Amino acid sequence: MTVIESPRTPARPAPKRGVNWEKWGWIYMRASGVVLIVLIFGHLFTNLMVGEGVKAIDFGFVGGKWADPFWQWWDVLMLWLALIHGANGMRTLVNDYTSPGVMQKVLKGALFAAAAVLIVLGTLVVFTFDPCPAGSPADLLPSFCEAA
Amino acid sequence: MSEASTRTLTASTKPAQQRPGGTLYRGREGMWSWVLHRITGVAIFFFLLVHVLDTALVRVSPEAYNAVIGTYQTPIMGLGEVALVGAIVFHAFNGLRVILVDFWSWATRHQRVLFYVVIALWVVTMLAFVPRHLINVFSH
Repeated sequence: MTVIESPRTPARPAPKRGVNWEKWGWIYMRASGVVLIVLIFGHLFTNLMVGEGVKAIDFGFVGGKWADPFWQWWDVLMLWLALIHGANGMRTLVNDYTSPGVMQKVLKGALFAAAAVLIVLGTLVVFTFDPCPAGSPADLLPSFCEAA
Repeated sequence: MSEASTRTLTASTKPAQQRPGGTLYRGREGMWSWVLHRITGVAIFFFLLVHVLDTALVRVSPEAYNAVIGTYQTPIMGLGEVALVGAIVFHAFNGLRVILVDFWSWATRHQRVLFYVVIALWVVTMLAFVPRHLINVFSH
């Protein structure tokens, strides 16, 4: 008779010494998930519900938000937590639907690379962003640029 | 073990009214919660990849960013945003359900009820979001 293991039976037992990464991954998904609910619901409310919603989003809107360090840090924290949460969730699917081997390593490598590149790119964009680039038409820029 | 004795064992250990399912997961609320959590999670992940790239265009030029973000304001993408927010809201509330089921024995016993609580909260949240969003998308 085929023995069906309990659904939570790990493929490999946890290491006896050193860091149990799967346990910390499990904890991370729950901890980051709770924080992401606050960050993403706040993001969706300010960008889609307030005023004219999605119709009001343009360069000036983003420039106005990121002139405030509060929204810079909000968005950077959301970027890091969401990409790690998403990539780790996708890793679970790769573990479930592929067998160990080269293809599984390639898929996990692609997930890691995508998350790492976008985290670096996004963080640089938020903190090196210039809301009033020289030579751009004033009507495309945030209203506070006109004073300069 | 012979077929006959297996049948006898199965019959004696299971209530008569419970029909055996075709798969390990047997359908019902727990399975659909799990399936929807996966599907919405994958959808949100791929949107996130695109969304970081389109937002990064603010670093290229105001014209480049406005051209791409303008495509998010068309009626078809407006409907896509309803689907995206629907996926996010389900994943969020069902994620809280998963946490409760993991840490609280009452929630483990009542996970089926909690699935309907998730659906109810999803409906309420979407009723608050969808009309306002569609008015923004289809007016002006």
